[in-house]
Amino acid sequence: MKVTVISDTEILITREFDAPRDLVFKAMTDPTLMPRWWGPRRYKTVVDTMDVRPGGKWRMRNIAADGGEHAFRGEYREVDPPERVVWTFEYEPLAGHVSIETMTLTERDGRTLLTVRDAFASKEDRDGMLQSGMESGARETYERLDELLAELKGTAA
Amino acid sequence: MNATFSALAEPNRLQIVELLRHRPLPVGQIAERLRMRQPQVSKHLRVLSQAGLVQVRPLAQQRIYGLRTEPLRELDGWLERYRRLWDERFEQLDDVLRDLERNKGKTDGHGK
Repeated sequence: MKVTVISDTEILITREFDAPRDLVFKAMTDPTLMPRWWGPRRYKTVVDTMDVRPGGKWRMRNIAADGGEHAFRGEYREVDPPERVVWTFEYEPLAGHVSIETMTLTERDGRTLLTVRDAFASKEDRDGMLQSGMESGARETYERLDELLAELKGTAA
Repeated sequence: MNATFSALAEPNRLQIVELLRHRPLPVGQIAERLRMRQPQVSKHLRVLSQAGLVQVRPLAQQRIYGLRTEPLRELDGWLERYRRLWDERFEQLDDVLRDLERNKGKTDGHGK
């Protein structure tokens, strides 16, 4: 997986999967498959709504063992099987802070390259994105700076 | 953290930060090593300093510029959590895809 900071408010993620594109697309748009991968492992993910078509709404919840939950929602902007999905993403407690995620799939030799472009409306929205109960890993070391700088550099090129 | 992103978005400033990782340096030496003009370097250092990325320390007649790692760590911490979130998703997606491949041909349509 490669993460590149494109600008103040945009991040690009790329990852290759050992499966043809139609399967990856299916896993990303099927409400019975989505909960199996979209939420963090320690949560149970429940799909409340997933109306996969332009203008259709989606809502998912991550439910913790102690019953605490985090709800996310948004709207599909573009659905173009099997290569492109664009949806808006909102963490409900921070309603109004919307990011737009563009997922693009390209197939090569039976493998699929997924590109996720995450565009936040503002820097505050970007910072708020991770406030959904994810623990802050405060174990950063100075060495990791290399990796960070490499990521930032990828943008400047 | 916003200031960190903006300050580092400029390639010359990123180069300065990389150079200062090795050791603190005076403006003149930064300019020399990066083959930039001194006023230009001073301008970039001002932005980096406002973002809290560098700090100045007087030494004899010189002003030595050194790196402050706190803002970088903060940015790195954010990226790290972001990366972990997607990493976990993708690992799980690998499993889902493996199942789908295995069941391909058997049944089509919605999984269990």
